[in-house]
Amino acid sequence: MKLLELLGYYNYWVFAITLMIGLYAVISKANLIKKLIGLSIFQSAVFLMYITMDKVEGGTAPIIQAGVEGQIYSNPLPQVLILTAIVVGVSTLALGLAIVVRINERYGTIEEHEILDAD
Amino acid sequence: MIFVFALFLLTLLVITAIAIVRTENLFVSVMLTSIFSLLMAANFFILDAADVALTEAAVGAGITTVIFLSALALTAEREKRRAGGQLIALGAVGILAALIIYATFDKPRLGDPEAPVHQHVAPWYLEKTPEYIDIPNVVTAILSSYRGYDTLGEVFVVFTACIGVLFILGVRPPEQTATRSAESGGLRHHLIPQVVGRLLVPFIVLFGLYTQFHGEYGPGGGFQAGAIIATGVILYALLEGEGEALRAVPRSVLLGLVVGGALLYGAVGVVCMLMGGAFLDYSVLSADPVWGQQLGIIIIEAGVGMAVCGALLSIFHAFAARGTQP
Amino acid sequence: MLSAPLIILLQPRGLAWAGATAAALASFAIAVALTIAVLDGQTQVYAMGGWPAPYGIELAVDQFSALVLLVVTGAGAGALLAARSSIDQQIEPERQPLFYSAWLLGLAGLAGIVVAADAFNIFVFMEISSLSSYVLIAGGPDRRALPAVFKYLIMGTIGATFYLIGVGLIYMMTGTLNLADMEARLGDVTELNPILVAAGFITIGLALKAAVFPLHVWLPNAYTHSPHMITVFLAACATKVAIYVLIRFDYMVFQSKLDDHATQFAQFLMPLAILGILVASAVAMFEGHLKRLLATSSVAQIAYIILGASFVSESGLAASAMHIFNHALAKGGLFLAVACLAYHYRDLRLDQLGGAAARMPFTSAALVVCGFSLIGIPGTAGFISKWLLITAALESGPLGWILVAVILVSSLMAVVYIWRIVETLYFSDSAKGDIAVAEAPYPMVLVTWLVALLNIGFGLFPTMPLTLANASAALLMGYSG
Repeated sequence: MKLLELLGYYNYWVFAITLMIGLYAVISKANLIKKLIGLSIFQSAVFLMYITMDKVEGGTAPIIQAGVEGQIYSNPLPQVLILTAIVVGVSTLALGLAIVVRINERYGTIEEHEILDAD
Repeated sequence: MIFVFALFLLTLLVITAIAIVRTENLFVSVMLTSIFSLLMAANFFILDAADVALTEAAVGAGITTVIFLSALALTAEREKRRAGGQLIALGAVGILAALIIYATFDKPRLGDPEAPVHQHVAPWYLEKTPEYIDIPNVVTAILSSYRGYDTLGEVFVVFTACIGVLFILGVRPPEQTATRSAESGGLRHHLIPQVVGRLLVPFIVLFGLYTQFHGEYGPGGGFQAGAIIATGVILYALLEGEGEALRAVPRSVLLGLVVGGALLYGAVGVVCMLMGGAFLDYSVLSADPVWGQQLGIIIIEAGVGMAVCGALLSIFHAFAARGTQP
Repeated sequence: MLSAPLIILLQPRGLAWAGATAAALASFAIAVALTIAVLDGQTQVYAMGGWPAPYGIELAVDQFSALVLLVVTGAGAGALLAARSSIDQQIEPERQPLFYSAWLLGLAGLAGIVVAADAFNIFVFMEISSLSSYVLIAGGPDRRALPAVFKYLIMGTIGATFYLIGVGLIYMMTGTLNLADMEARLGDVTELNPILVAAGFITIGLALKAAVFPLHVWLPNAYTHSPHMITVFLAACATKVAIYVLIRFDYMVFQSKLDDHATQFAQFLMPLAILGILVASAVAMFEGHLKRLLATSSVAQIAYIILGASFVSESGLAASAMHIFNHALAKGGLFLAVACLAYHYRDLRLDQLGGAAARMPFTSAALVVCGFSLIGIPGTAGFISKWLLITAALESGPLGWILVAVILVSSLMAVVYIWRIVETLYFSDSAKGDIAVAEAPYPMVLVTWLVALLNIGFGLFPTMPLTLANASAALLMGYSG
């Protein structure tokens, strides 16, 4: 019981820490691809937050089994939202990478300060 | 036992994330990102989110990695070192993290059945789904019926990304930077991946189709299926070379899939309206509302699967073709 | 009926200019019809999929959304009408269908945000509109657009993700995603810390998207280097939709249930708004590139809207709503005129544009009219919202006079930078004599003049937007009352 309580907060802490690791990469790295990797960590952290809140003690995945009464199910709604968010995340990444590829073609570099120097 | 395992996984997650940021080799970084996604998927599974775990594994660990790699092939592999500014960023980020952690103390603890999330809307879904729609997987029911409009929006997000990538990479590359990517010829000369891969591809596609049509009963559905099938085809492309894969599934077919999938979804909505219901109200599709709902969901899921698969493949080909053009 | 604008916008795709324009015009017509429908104060609600509100997704249009919807669809339709020749010049024909369908998707995304009544639905449509606007901005021939877009993409995604975190936290505490339901259930929540953090995340996230002053760094470059017609479209409506969501979320969900929230909101946003107005106007005064000058001035204008909202009063909100409408008219017109100029002038730095008025008299005249509206000269639309803003500032308390001074000073700065443009166009000798005396193609000039005339029209007869603005202010304050 105590352990579960700790784990409950631990999930949120991991969310906060990974979120900030991602943000740190986005802010401090000069390499554009590295920035995008940071962005994807940043987004995954949010997924973790949503999924954490859908867990119900003693529950199981929200797929209703016929003939089983009184089964506790975890909350399906955050899962739906995150399914959507994952796909949105991939779309953004793909677009970002396409832009990086074009930047590399036009500037010959993917380092932020070198691009700034070039103009 | 499972808690210890979860703790272990979460800690591993943080370590991986730090490693991703620390490493200067982008290739390594991308590979670690893929591991990160897998860990995340395992975590989701522990937290009872089977559908999300499947998606995260297929999309995060599979497709994202492939797209990153093909972009890396077109740019540089190593990050350049740069000094300065990092301490400030670290400080700011640290403060924010402390703030968020502080806010967590008022949150309901993990798995608390009394938490507001589990009190309000969600029980209604769990209770009414058997009555209104009668399919076992509640996630699928919400995804494609109760919140079908969101999913429609999401299909259009993928669609936008697809047009976007095609549009942005649609210009002819300047001569001097057109480098040949290593994967253009495929892994044709390596015997073992060749044999194993050949064996795997049909199974992956089959599994994708299974996920597609079994989505109402078990975890799965259009997104997962689309992503898995796309992974299969990309594997084929890696083995046999870009051209071969395009011959098997030509580009126009892919674009047709994307457009067709998106239109199919919208068309179902309009048909519902024409038949006297609200937009995306599948109940009117058939005399029996429950059956109408099921029919609607199956068609919608097919549309989603088509659109996602087509879009992901088009994006992959857009990147891959960039390297091979002379 | 309400979903009709979305369906129409989402359906046609992969087609060229004519189809896109027709769709945009149709959506504009629907927006007008909706506006008439809500003018009597009736909120139009449409439940998607036939599921009732907290379970399904709901669309809702009230006076405030109708006003913004008018701006969005109007800007989209107007820019598309004029776009053809300008786009022909800037984008290769084989990529045009993709470009136009991205444009339509952007329009659909923005319209979708405005009519949505569900927090997560707003996120989804926000992503549609942002992804397509990244594509649109990157479309031009200018290579500097690419880093600009990349920066926009990073900041935009962070903004959207912050918003998502905020929504998640609120969902965690209330168990619902529907905005109205959220507001109702927030009263039962006892632990307010997560809600406060959520309010912070949502405000910062949306402020990033809206380019509120310290978070605006993506905006000037993105607007300057994008294709000219896209600048028209985005400047007129993209950031305003983010502000719309910010205001709506704050007033509908937070204001009524959190004690002291009104003060915190005002204390957080008002200094930013004042700084934004002053700094951006000052920067614009010394800017040498025409498009960048106008883009920087947009940052200042956005700050005006935020300033109005930060009064937390009915008159302040009315001023904000009014300024959303009027600034779209003025800035849209200005950028349209710029697009006309750009048809013949490759280089849009001010020192290259000397004597352009002699060559393109109609364009230049329209530019001057819209510029006056931006400054807020009586008789133009801009005057109305400035006036409302000053009245609201005076009502806001003892500090009102300082705010009035800020508004007046920044208006003077606007006079300076608009005058610099006028001076270049009319009174400066041309640097090069080899450009033929020719107007831009007539559809462009025609649309530009239409917008310029609307600026005067709504300046003299502001009844229609004013009614909507007042009604929406009353509506928003009603939630918090």
